[in-house]
Amino acid sequence: MTGTDTKTKHGDASDGSSNSLGARLSRFDGPDKIRGAARYALENHPANLAHAVIVQSTIAAGTVRAIDVAAAQVAPGVLLVLTPDNALHLDSASNWLGAPPPDAPYLPLARTVTFNGQHVAAVVAETLEQAIEAASLIRITYDATDAIPDFDDPRAGEGQPMDPMKIDWGDAETAFAAAPVRIEETYRTPREYNVPLEPHGLVAQWDGDALTIWEPSQWIDGMARTYAEWFAIPFDKVRIVSPYVGGGFGSKALACAHGAIAIMAAKMVGRPVKLAVTRPQSFTAFGGRPATRQTIALGATREGKLLSIVHRGDNETSVDGFAVEPLGAVTALMYATANLSSRQNIVPVNTVLPGPLRAPGENPSAFGIESAIDELAYAVGADPLAIRLLNYAEEDPHARKPWSTRQLREAFAVGAERFGWSRRTPAPRSMREGNQLIGWGVAAGTYPVRRTAGEALVRILADGTVEVASSSIDMGTGTYTILAQTAADALGVAPDRVRVKLGDSSLPRAPVAGGSQLANLMTGAVHKAALAARDELIGLAINHPSSPFRDVQANTLVIADGRIAAPRGNGPAVPIAELMRKIGREQIEVLRDTLPEASRSDEDRYKNFTTVATMRSPTDGDYSLHSWCAHFVEVRVDADFGTVRVSRVVSGIDSGRVYNPKLAESQWQGGIIMGIGQALLEEGIVDRRHARVVNNNLADYLIATNADIPDIEVISVGIPDPHASALGGKAVGELGIVGVAPAIANAVYHATGRRIRELPITLDKLM
Amino acid sequence: MRGFSYLRPGSPDEAREAARDPSAAFLAGGTTLLDLAKCGVAEPERVVDITHLSGLATITVGDDRITLGALATMSRVADEADIRTHCPAVAEALSQAASAQIRNMATIGGNLMQRTRCAYFRDPATFPACNKRAPGSGCAAIGGAVRNHAVLGVSESCIATYPGDLATALVAFDAVVHVGERRIAADDFFLLPGATPDREHPLEPGEMITAIAIPASPAARRSTYLKIRDRQSYEFAAASAAVGLELAADGRTIRDLRVALGGVATKPWRARGVEDALRGKIFEPETVKRASLAAMEGAVDHGANRFKIDLAPRVVARAILTLGGLA
Repeated sequence: MTGTDTKTKHGDASDGSSNSLGARLSRFDGPDKIRGAARYALENHPANLAHAVIVQSTIAAGTVRAIDVAAAQVAPGVLLVLTPDNALHLDSASNWLGAPPPDAPYLPLARTVTFNGQHVAAVVAETLEQAIEAASLIRITYDATDAIPDFDDPRAGEGQPMDPMKIDWGDAETAFAAAPVRIEETYRTPREYNVPLEPHGLVAQWDGDALTIWEPSQWIDGMARTYAEWFAIPFDKVRIVSPYVGGGFGSKALACAHGAIAIMAAKMVGRPVKLAVTRPQSFTAFGGRPATRQTIALGATREGKLLSIVHRGDNETSVDGFAVEPLGAVTALMYATANLSSRQNIVPVNTVLPGPLRAPGENPSAFGIESAIDELAYAVGADPLAIRLLNYAEEDPHARKPWSTRQLREAFAVGAERFGWSRRTPAPRSMREGNQLIGWGVAAGTYPVRRTAGEALVRILADGTVEVASSSIDMGTGTYTILAQTAADALGVAPDRVRVKLGDSSLPRAPVAGGSQLANLMTGAVHKAALAARDELIGLAINHPSSPFRDVQANTLVIADGRIAAPRGNGPAVPIAELMRKIGREQIEVLRDTLPEASRSDEDRYKNFTTVATMRSPTDGDYSLHSWCAHFVEVRVDADFGTVRVSRVVSGIDSGRVYNPKLAESQWQGGIIMGIGQALLEEGIVDRRHARVVNNNLADYLIATNADIPDIEVISVGIPDPHASALGGKAVGELGIVGVAPAIANAVYHATGRRIRELPITLDKLM
Repeated sequence: MRGFSYLRPGSPDEAREAARDPSAAFLAGGTTLLDLAKCGVAEPERVVDITHLSGLATITVGDDRITLGALATMSRVADEADIRTHCPAVAEALSQAASAQIRNMATIGGNLMQRTRCAYFRDPATFPACNKRAPGSGCAAIGGAVRNHAVLGVSESCIATYPGDLATALVAFDAVVHVGERRIAADDFFLLPGATPDREHPLEPGEMITAIAIPASPAARRSTYLKIRDRQSYEFAAASAAVGLELAADGRTIRDLRVALGGVATKPWRARGVEDALRGKIFEPETVKRASLAAMEGAVDHGANRFKIDLAPRVVARAILTLGGLA
């Protein structure tokens, strides 16, 4: 293993024989998942495993007066009843930027309750059933105080201004006041929840001061850092194992209180402990997308050319935490305008601290601006697609930098063509079929390209197969597959000759699988390591005394179809395994990273992989880097019932170069499906008297089912973007959902003449 | 989950005997019992498993009635071709209920014993007040999040919606619930909450549903179940209607009409007011729409569920007009 880069001598692509990257391959992890052979975190059962169950608060604000554990303690099989009174001391941990933590203990079990459903106690027992039974015997009494259930409560006030979110250019207020056409409306989204199919939870096992955790994770190093700090043990004593993740959508990136509880319990009972968060508990074990409201004022010419955007947004946060859902993210990016002003407040209420949920910021931001621009189109009598082209931003209007690539015009064009947009009749309620009001809507979306350095290990084995290893993860997104494709291309072997190992702290390191950055950064790292391995192999083939190429007198060799040969075809074509045998090598192993030359100290590496402090913004550099999409949606609204059915979706999508179209399409479609649920169904329903979300299960918190989803056509219009990433890709995973909800709301307006500015668009709002 | 004893009796009589204790519960498909046990609502001390009892899953479609054995699964009944012919409303109600997985497990008898989805009823740890669960403790739902709560048949004690689809169709077509030798009209099998919302059925401990009989009728043959909801699958009705229509020989006079509502009432709700208003009338859209408003007679809303009062008559009218070929 070498620590320095090999300068590549052999070009930066494969020799062209496999062309695996870009191929439409099925997921390599698919068969194991279908057979049940893929072992998820909570399926690990180390010997002597005990089971923990959490008890949550039933009030939203106040203090725990007393916890009666007498009955629980003597219940069958109980090993430990954990309360704030006997909890181990934990240190606070640094945040995801690595900022030093407060000098105060971390309390995963609350004595002071700040939201309904907060963890207060836990039981550890021999079996899960015994733990559930004992947990039901715990009696908690509270001194309750008044809670603020949501940001519409007058006591919530205006919240705190987020000065770093402030965006200003020109004189937006004056330009708006002087504009010939003015639109001003408020758009709202409710609390939304990640609800991945695989529940949260973990199995924690101590061995001395070494800790092993099986837990689904979007960020092994980030979570390990937090666990190490909470329990005051060295970072390298924490091993997290997470080869498969059953969906996360942002909710599995950071360590949660239930993790601290399970690890603490394992320490106290001296046995491995498994803790599975129940579905109802998951609604408050971590936060989803906060409720948002935005007022958008658009000033325009009579033709619909924007003169000014004035944007004011609020999102809920918790009373003791800090969550920002950046509502100006798309507002200040999508359209050209000479004047813009954007402000954001966060409003503390008694809720669990909100967290990231697929395209935090861009998603609700697009609902606002893409609804507002549609309203402007009708106000000036313009076609909703035409007004978007009229106001097309030729450069980043905020950063004032050129786009690296922006194929949004192409996305509009191909989407409109495939959808048949030109056959749309402009007037609302003009496309009826019997009881069905038909509406066609369009909206654009965008997601930034974020960049962090990665690390990868590539091994060429004696049998000619290849191993790729990384602690990055695959949450159904396709990491296993595209990394195999990347290595296959660089090494000139077939992709099924490459085995990829992921999701274990013992492997080379990776930053967060969030912000849609992982595919680009990891293909870059694997490509680099694989090329270096290839160089080493070819070097040996040329120079090794036992090599069959000793007499060929070539300066270099090529590898294709798993065989090494001279470039001009003179001499032998030797399988890699044969060459390895002849030169007597068991393996060639190369570790590479993509860290900047000047940032390779141990401290730099720790910071890069355990925090987001080194993540580069989309405008860090000479260009503004973003993915783009245009969604065209048809809805059918029942004229009597107000039920909305999405009957057709066509989306043009620019994610740059696509490494595997089948998997990228699956991500885009998955985002669109989630967007349909968001537009029509998803809403955390709060009982305002108790500040509690009462539909905390999958029968009552409605996400889209198969029956709700029509055929979705996604068309890639991206081109390789050399500024965005090493191999030319841009963001994929979070892009698809952005713009879906406004496209549906715009289609509903076209169908019914009713503008719904508050998600979800349920039937009662349209009756 | 609480401890309980599990019994597997060898005959229906043994089962009845075993369940005579008020703290006992029958276990059939388990889709309701296990769910309610997990959320702490059902805490039976004795579970009497009847799934293996023979002779209780028979489906017979005769000239004068359809008989459904209590242990027939929802999916089996829904897929039975003869039922689709003789009473399509029943098959349609079943195939739109719950999810495919639940329909494959749940039985017809157990379906009648399905309990409300009221979030306050289902969360005893957080909401101790529930007259249905703990008589006299109050109602946590009134004043809370009530978008899906009932507007018909409510009382000061309880506004919980009866959630099922099948029973709505059964009530419309005068089905009879067989409880051993006892016969109970479907409409009487479900009790209004009144001051005793804990008492949902006129059953004594140990009594076991053995079958359901649906009398044959021209209205049943020409029937439909229309379920309106935001999600197209696996959601309870915002409002639903089971409707059967018989026209006179002239093809335009309504001879018989059956209407029952789901998703809006505390029990499956027979809308006799609509039936009476239209029987003998000429079948035409305006008459049907006007008469459908009678479905909401006596409706009381609690704010967020007000839309149901507007929605339900539209559902009724559409269902009737669809049957008559005018929707």
